[in-house]
Amino acid sequence: MLKSESVIGNKRRRFEIVIESLIRVLGFSTIGFVVLIFLFLLRQGLPFFFEVPPVNFFGTRWYPTFGLFGTLPLILGSVLVTLTAIVIALPLGVATAVFVREIAPGWAREILKPLIEVLAGIPSVVLGFFGMNIVAPLVRTTLNVPTGLTAFTGALILAYMALPTIISVAEDALDAVPKSYRDAGLALGATKWQVIWRVVVPAARSGIVVAVMLGLGRAIGETMAVMMVTGNAARMPITPDSLFRPVRTMTATIAAEMGEVAQGSLHFHALFGIGILLFVLTFLINLAAARPIFQKRRRGGLR
Amino acid sequence: MVMDPSGYDPPVGLPTKVRIENLSYWYGDRLSLRDITLDIPANAITTLIGPTGGGKSTLLRLINRLNDLLEDTRMVGRIVLDGQDIYAPEVNVSELRRRVGIVFALPLPLPGTVRENVLYGPKLAGIRDPARLDEILVRSLNQAALWDEVKNRLDEPAHALSGGQQQRLCIARSLAMEPEVLLLDEPTSGLDPISTGKVEESLFALKKHYTIIMVPHSIQQAARVADYAAFFLGGELVEHQPGRGIFTAPKDKRTEDYITGRFG
Repeated sequence: MLKSESVIGNKRRRFEIVIESLIRVLGFSTIGFVVLIFLFLLRQGLPFFFEVPPVNFFGTRWYPTFGLFGTLPLILGSVLVTLTAIVIALPLGVATAVFVREIAPGWAREILKPLIEVLAGIPSVVLGFFGMNIVAPLVRTTLNVPTGLTAFTGALILAYMALPTIISVAEDALDAVPKSYRDAGLALGATKWQVIWRVVVPAARSGIVVAVMLGLGRAIGETMAVMMVTGNAARMPITPDSLFRPVRTMTATIAAEMGEVAQGSLHFHALFGIGILLFVLTFLINLAAARPIFQKRRRGGLR
Repeated sequence: MVMDPSGYDPPVGLPTKVRIENLSYWYGDRLSLRDITLDIPANAITTLIGPTGGGKSTLLRLINRLNDLLEDTRMVGRIVLDGQDIYAPEVNVSELRRRVGIVFALPLPLPGTVRENVLYGPKLAGIRDPARLDEILVRSLNQAALWDEVKNRLDEPAHALSGGQQQRLCIARSLAMEPEVLLLDEPTSGLDPISTGKVEESLFALKKHYTIIMVPHSIQQAARVADYAAFFLGGELVEHQPGRGIFTAPKDKRTEDYITGRFG
């Protein structure tokens, strides 16, 4: 009796060890893949930084055929489109999250939440198609600009793509505000709206910041939809009307040119160089997004 | 521990501030309060004592109408403040809550600084004059026995204060609106004895101006601060007495058992 029990025990223990090491291998391989991708990126992209002087590299003109590799218009293009997208998506997203969490009746919330998650699943090429055929003509006619394929059109589509992320993360943050906070606000004679605006939203601030940063990360890395609606002219977006002119983003440049470039050429390495820049940028954004989370954990206890 | 410094005389003949009439309350099917009738005198400390689950906190929340937003609850009977049924349709709930302040068992500083916390209510009520706000800030913090400790930390986040200070901050936040009635739900349950003493001391000063209804966190505390005491058991009001009679000469056997520590 005792012996057979110990045999089962041994078997189980061995099973546990196998499962545990399997999980560990899987976990580490994820990290390994990220490191490998980064190494690959470095290997292909770094030569570019050595072969092209910084003056050219941070120049204002991107004409690879003539040896001009100025990435500034591309960086600024990405920044312009992304920031505009966030400016549009932030109030919309937070307001929607507040509505879903605090104002909508229970049955509406049950319908809205899955709907918002479905939005996140729309393929970006479909949104790009929609942007090209519906939004761009609309922008052209209503704003009376030469072409509807502008930075603004890209920002509109990107805002739409970032919205589901912002809404669901912000909504979770609002949900995490303890009910007792609302009681405390109400007990002071605040109306429902005052409690939302002056107690619940400030209390959820760090989570809302994370929501926006994640939306930002989603927006800056987006390629297909942006490529389809921004016009892809690598011009410096520094004139006041740049928002309503075509721009080209870093992602669109890589996607558009990678298929036609000679492998191993300087142009080829330049595209990977842009990849490194993009990687560093998104990494910084995600780091900034993660900071409030870590801070909260360190403080512990009541927030 | 601090005893009432003025020496103890049970106040008599005080006008009724809050009258609870035949009040019953259900959470779903569960009866929380059964046919409670109780007069709460003005300018005195009324303590609600009894084991947990007796309906004391529910009663406080009803006086502040904080349970309005809960679904699936039912109430019969009336709660009358200065002759006005607070559940009458014409009552402005926000205004009622400014007249009836509540402090919870756990300190709940709102996000923001010490100053912002105290001035939260007055600002909601539309007070903008900086001199007036400063005056409210100093008065409320003094009344909550907190001014000396935070006068140099007014613009620090409220979360940086100690637990005891946070709780007194919450009391100050309620007092900032000069409520007529102050509801205290175990306001010292998370506090150390020294902070508890300070809070109790300030209660003695406060009752001159306010009607205080308090769920104390121990019988000892109830005996220290009570002008009136009411004993709740399983949603029923077993007995209530002016003064400390309930602690020295309980009329009901169940009260006696609770007071002497046989249960609870």
